[in-house]
Amino acid sequence: MSTEIYLIIAAALLVFIVIFQISKASEYVSILKGEEKAKLQNNRINGFLLLGFMILGFIGVWYCNKVLYKTTLFAQGPASVEGETYDQMFMWTTAVTGLVFVITQFFLFFFAWKYQAKEGKKVFFFPHNNKLELIWTVIPAIFLTGLVVFGLKFWFRITADAPKDALKVEIIGKQFGWTMRYAGKDKQFGKTYFKVIDDAKSNSLGQIWSDNETFKLKADPANYDDIVTTSTMYLVKGRPAQLIIGSRDVIHDVGLVHFRMKMDAVPGIPTTIWFTPKYTTKEMKERTGNPDFVFEISCDQMCGNGHYSMKGTIEVVTQEEFDVWIAKQKPNYLVANPDKEPKAPTADTISNKIAAVTVKSN
Amino acid sequence: MSIETTHLQSGTITVPSETHNEVHHAHHEETFLTKYVFSQDHKTIAKQFLITGMFWAVVGGLFSVIFRLQLGFPEARFPWMESLLGEWARGGQLQPEAYYALVTMHGTVLVFFVLTAGLSGTFSNLLIPLQVGARDMASPFLNMLSYWFFFIASIVMLSSLFVQTGPFSGGWTAYPPLSALGEASPGSKVGMDLWLVSMALFVVSALLGGLNYIATVLNMRTKGMSMTRLPLTIWAFFFTAVLGVLSFPVLFSGFILLIFDRHFGTSFYLSDIYINGQALPNEGGSAILYQHLFWFLGHPEVYIILLPAMGMVSEILSVNSRKPIFGYMAMVGSLFAIAILAFLVWAHHMFVTGLNPFLGAFFVLLTLLIAVPSAIKVFNWITTLWRGNVRFTPAMLFAMGFVSLFISGGLTGIFLGNSALDIHLHDTYFVVAHFHIVMGVASMFGMFAGIYHWYPKMYSRYLNNTLGYIHFWVTIVGAYLIFWPMHYTGLAGVPRRYYDFSIWESFKNFGSLNQFISIVSIIVFLTQLLFLFNFFYSIWKGRKVTTENPWGANTLEWTTPITPGHGNWVGEIPEVHRWPYDYGKDGKDFITQTTPVGADESKH
Repeated sequence: MSTEIYLIIAAALLVFIVIFQISKASEYVSILKGEEKAKLQNNRINGFLLLGFMILGFIGVWYCNKVLYKTTLFAQGPASVEGETYDQMFMWTTAVTGLVFVITQFFLFFFAWKYQAKEGKKVFFFPHNNKLELIWTVIPAIFLTGLVVFGLKFWFRITADAPKDALKVEIIGKQFGWTMRYAGKDKQFGKTYFKVIDDAKSNSLGQIWSDNETFKLKADPANYDDIVTTSTMYLVKGRPAQLIIGSRDVIHDVGLVHFRMKMDAVPGIPTTIWFTPKYTTKEMKERTGNPDFVFEISCDQMCGNGHYSMKGTIEVVTQEEFDVWIAKQKPNYLVANPDKEPKAPTADTISNKIAAVTVKSN
Repeated sequence: MSIETTHLQSGTITVPSETHNEVHHAHHEETFLTKYVFSQDHKTIAKQFLITGMFWAVVGGLFSVIFRLQLGFPEARFPWMESLLGEWARGGQLQPEAYYALVTMHGTVLVFFVLTAGLSGTFSNLLIPLQVGARDMASPFLNMLSYWFFFIASIVMLSSLFVQTGPFSGGWTAYPPLSALGEASPGSKVGMDLWLVSMALFVVSALLGGLNYIATVLNMRTKGMSMTRLPLTIWAFFFTAVLGVLSFPVLFSGFILLIFDRHFGTSFYLSDIYINGQALPNEGGSAILYQHLFWFLGHPEVYIILLPAMGMVSEILSVNSRKPIFGYMAMVGSLFAIAILAFLVWAHHMFVTGLNPFLGAFFVLLTLLIAVPSAIKVFNWITTLWRGNVRFTPAMLFAMGFVSLFISGGLTGIFLGNSALDIHLHDTYFVVAHFHIVMGVASMFGMFAGIYHWYPKMYSRYLNNTLGYIHFWVTIVGAYLIFWPMHYTGLAGVPRRYYDFSIWESFKNFGSLNQFISIVSIIVFLTQLLFLFNFFYSIWKGRKVTTENPWGANTLEWTTPITPGHGNWVGEIPEVHRWPYDYGKDGKDFITQTTPVGADESKH
């Protein structure tokens, strides 16, 4: 391998030397030929190259789009109801900026080619023209106003309060993974405090479930039925989901590419987002033709050396499937304190009760 | 106090007795040390900034090549990498901690050391005295200090690469708590301290330089050089300096608070943190506060990088189109508008931090407003070419490349500035593509344009043209090939700053594209080495400049001797009679600024 490296370096050096010698020679030639003549020749060559670059560039842009569009998320469509407006707005913005792109790039390179230096040519002394300048101040301003209005309308819609019936899930980031919490049958998240976090005792969120003298904390009974999970977040198709986002250590970010959503997880400052899943995971597998398809939660804020591996998953299911799933979950309080488990009823009756409550709440 | 001395100095220069000044300059002996090392000559300081910047560009570029190898060839093993980086590349594979360290250093070095110090440090120093008609900066001594603070900052940053826990690795933006807690990442240990010290020294350097540029532009213009007769380069450097002077102190304050949080137990940025099996005592701080302080510099910083390039491009486009720049006042006005707006848009970097949506709406509006002055600039540059007599010198090609890249990268800013669209694109490769094109590569092109154009003034020799053309064509084609496809990976949602994608069902299918991008970036990097070779070879062996005004330009720097001494002009400083853009007026190819207005000259 090391000889290979030397060979590569030697080859690169050789190429360098050849390029350099040619360049030096061309300099001598241009002096011999007469500098003015050489300059004009260079001009012709570069003028031609600029035009060629523009034409090949446009073809390249088209080709790139042809090859890569299907790899983008737009090809498979948004997986959330809100994402539909997103995709629409994105396409509009692409249309407007694309038009500007083509026009300006065209004139830039076309003018350069068309007005390249030629002997004895007189230029047009054109220092300013108020009318022209006014036109190209006002027209972009109008287009931008349109984009701003469209954008802000959508922005206020998605940042407004979540619909009342939204399924609330808390998601907490830590280096390098996610923990999710459901409020349980009382539909209330119990209070947490970071100083009572205890991973060894299954209290990774710091749920306050017993009185604490040191920190002057009172046990919050709302905690007793909260369900905590680290593997997969279950959401319901067609039902708005509100995520309450937090972090235990550094800043993370809940990135939900398929739902066109993203929000930072900041220690000490809870944030929220909401969206409405449009397809179940099963349906997405069919839509994308990928049997391994999964909704992924990617950390989108640099959070340390394991940043790239901070992955969570979302399973979107129907309401019925969700009810079955949630009924099987054991509140974290009972996971951490098996002795507190109510004695008489079997696990079966508990889950039935929970299921009943969840169904009623919908 | 320094303002007062400036006044005094400018007094001595503009009154006729200035020959005294000349005598004064002539009679002190220059030693090697005062001429090349601790020089107070703005031209030498400019070269010092440039060459230090080049060193950093090679280092920063090499870092990107190494981490691109990991992204393009995650399966490959490079034994030479282990010989070079040791533990960082165990078994010939770049380790995550090294990947993140290199990414962070690449960003820091390129943004601050190359595109701030190397760009505005070089050309503000070189051109401000030469183009306003001054013997030197308002304070040559502070100017010298500015360079040496940058030099020390460089040494400290460089030394952080060699500490055992590695340099800082939490991204160039250094968001706490990651940057505040050594427990969170090895790079946040002593590497981060060195990073902060280096950056603090850098801020000092930027302030000393900036104050000097402002004082010189305002007070030391030669007779007849009213503000509206300044070349656009000077306007751009002036606004750049104002941006730096007003925003760097805010960054500095952010760093001070960070140092306090790191070492003195304060909780400015820290709250509710449980790390390494331990709850930290800090409560009540806000991690978001740092982001506000950082981006209050961070966004103007983008324009600190971009404006000098815009100024030089305006000048070079006009000179080589043999036509006046179109809409001079609109160009100045749009620079001014951009400079003002630069301070009012910082939170568009923070749309997904939980920022109040109502507040976010204002930042959307103000951000998209920047597109208006930017559009004016683009249209004016294009109109400058219209019906001109365009010469394609390498400088001109790079200037045109700048405009093309500025359009491409600027337009994607309209997506990112609109908060609703930003939500999906934030921190994906779309952002990487956007800022590399519009700020990184475009400004680099402005810098190359400046180097090719003013090289004859710096070294009294020309760069080799053919190498210049090769440099340009490979670089522009390469830049588009690298960054254009990245928009698409961004649209697929691929997050930036990922070391490896193999576990991600959504992101793992870009292997061959990443390979392609990595190969092109290696070629582009090698081409830059070709340019460096051209640069250093030509200092000694380049074709000699035989005329004072090789480009037929109007501005004052071309009225100095071919090799100007300290003091720039022999004898009196020339007087200025007109604006710098009388190209092709009344059938004359060009009319220098020092030419008095003729009686029969047409008005415009």
